[in-house]
Amino acid sequence: MSSADSSLPGVGRLRATLTSVFAGHDGRMIAGTMGGIYLLLILVGLLAGFDAGGVVNTLRAATVYAAGYGMLVLALNLHWGYTGLFNIGVAGFMAVGTYTTAILSAAPSTEPGFGLGLPLGVAVIGGMLAAALLGVLTALPALRLRADYLAIVTVALSEIIRLGIKSRPLAEFTLLGTTVGTGGGRGISYPAPNRFGSWALETVPGGGAVYDVGAAVGVARPVIEGVVYMFLLIASAAAFWVFLVRVGNSPFGRVLKAIREDELVASSLGKDTRRFKLIVFAVGCALMGLAGYLWLGRSGFVNDLSFRPNITFFVFVALIIGGAGSNTGSILGGMVFSSVLFYFPQFVSQNFSPGGVAPRNFVAALDGVGAFGAYALQNISAIRFMLIGIVLVYLMQNRPQGLLGHRTESAAAIDLLDRDAGMRADGGAPDTASRPDRQGEDGE
Amino acid sequence: MVGRPIRPRARTDRVRTVSEPPPSAEPLEPPVDTSGEPTVGADGGFPLRVEGLSKTFGGITAVADVSFRISEGSLTGLIGPNGAGKSTTFNCIAGVHTPTAGEIYFNGEPITGFEPSQIATKGLVRTFQIARELEEMTVLENMMLAPSGQLGESLLRSVLPGLRKGVMAQEAELRDRVWEMLELFEIDHLAGEYAGNLSGGQRKLLEMARALMTDPEMVLLDEPLAGVNPTLEEKILDRIQQLRGEGYTFLLVEHDMDVIMNNCEQVIVMHQGKILAEGEPATIRENERVIDAYLGDSDE
Repeated sequence: MSSADSSLPGVGRLRATLTSVFAGHDGRMIAGTMGGIYLLLILVGLLAGFDAGGVVNTLRAATVYAAGYGMLVLALNLHWGYTGLFNIGVAGFMAVGTYTTAILSAAPSTEPGFGLGLPLGVAVIGGMLAAALLGVLTALPALRLRADYLAIVTVALSEIIRLGIKSRPLAEFTLLGTTVGTGGGRGISYPAPNRFGSWALETVPGGGAVYDVGAAVGVARPVIEGVVYMFLLIASAAAFWVFLVRVGNSPFGRVLKAIREDELVASSLGKDTRRFKLIVFAVGCALMGLAGYLWLGRSGFVNDLSFRPNITFFVFVALIIGGAGSNTGSILGGMVFSSVLFYFPQFVSQNFSPGGVAPRNFVAALDGVGAFGAYALQNISAIRFMLIGIVLVYLMQNRPQGLLGHRTESAAAIDLLDRDAGMRADGGAPDTASRPDRQGEDGE
Repeated sequence: MVGRPIRPRARTDRVRTVSEPPPSAEPLEPPVDTSGEPTVGADGGFPLRVEGLSKTFGGITAVADVSFRISEGSLTGLIGPNGAGKSTTFNCIAGVHTPTAGEIYFNGEPITGFEPSQIATKGLVRTFQIARELEEMTVLENMMLAPSGQLGESLLRSVLPGLRKGVMAQEAELRDRVWEMLELFEIDHLAGEYAGNLSGGQRKLLEMARALMTDPEMVLLDEPLAGVNPTLEEKILDRIQQLRGEGYTFLLVEHDMDVIMNNCEQVIVMHQGKILAEGEPATIRENERVIDAYLGDSDE
């Protein structure tokens, strides 16, 4: 947007200032982007006549989107950005993780769906393990194939999973004398993860005071609880980020990058590339399963429609926007995609009613600015996909690597360039004649 | 760590996983020698032995019943006109192709049909004809990738705070070795550069340096001089000669006759998938069949 008016004299200076503030500071970039999104939402919310509760709830909704997408994009970045594994079955692995956790944690008499009533911790770990296991089962045959075949296998699998969840045999079946099941098309209810909000406020000493503060400024109890759950999501996204940054800055991540660049080279240097790909696939799928449960499954009810393949493609779009291969870029992409491109248009259309009667078709909408605005507001859920498409086309043309792609992200646990200055001076232009002397010093 | 540019046979400080026996260990049984030649010791001073190697692609026989062996510490050239089967032989040894028939032994141990990674871990490492750098990784990262037995290649060790310390220590140690190797190949000024930004010749140097970081016993060089200017060609050949003097064994695939004749002590000539001649450069030079093969091809 700033490039449109780059001819103005102040823009260059503004850009320089922005660069000096944000470049190289991942935390500032994330905070700055989210701050910008908040500012936009607050302004539009106030225009729509929101009170404090409404504004807080709007920011909460946007942040939940951002954190949820952030987690998913990070997990996909491990697959696609780091290792080059073209997994387009994200929705399927989310579904397996969410449903397994749901079935394990739901009470036996739940309606709809049938559960085992296990403790939540066990259920969450079980869900991640199930997603990881399915990932390994998919990967074993598919990783020998070329990247595009893995894509076909995973996208097909994710639909098979979704249809399987809906199927009658899996809706209710008896396992070791216990009736469990997915609930079929009716979906499944289970202890809602977002009850964490009320639980935390009631358990933590002084939590009750938060309700009072909220009541004083006009923020309702459910919104406050939602905000607490939002912080849990932020914490999980941060944990994903720390985990993946550590993976990236390690010899393990180095091999992953090498596999992405040229698998035969990695293999010819003695790296068992299949082992690395299997581990990465399993871990990424487990993270997708957890993210699915915490984010899509936060209300305590899911059905097969929650896991349609379009989620997969949204996550991919977010990763492309952010920049494949960059963890901070993944977070930024998740935030920009979900809050700005996905949530914001919907938010606007819900809170601004078109003046007068909206035109019924596109031709009529071309009648004037007012008519077009009314038409756009009414059809925003369709138009935002056009917007996403336009953003993608623009990015591919002008910045194919995404916001933060191709960035100098180190693939080592230490700073490789930082070595003894004396040694570097010595080795700046070594001649072969000096080599035998050096060999003579070989002590070990 | 200072003052140790290359440590070819220094197995003691080699970073290796515990479970894996060092490649210098004697195998329990000598392999069955189908060539009829007596086997001297475990590898008989011949780290690489190829016996009756054949490779067909569909109806085309690229390599037909090829047998040779490479003596320890030698620089052997494998030459032949285009389409002679050099690269196929090379790729069979490196594990890229599975041979149709025949056996390949490395240090007396059969490695036929092994994965490239398994072969590399045994100490037989290769370079590529068209330098295959990991373009979006820096020169340093390319080099750091190569050493085997890195602790940090375990996911848990990379991630868990307590275990990560050992990884960092090993990384620092490897970093020193990497810098020494880069200095040896005179590409240390490019250390922070992305490999994709290197020139063709620099890539060849990086490729060789990277292969040596695996601390191999034997290096398979696939046309290391293709597309390299004469000055750099000298430099690369100097390095090879120097490293050979330190105990590495090299098998060099090349189609430039002069390079092979002037540098190798042993030459294997292939033609139409078979071995045409084998011996010292002087005798090969006189060999009429070799001359025919080369001149015959260029006449057509």
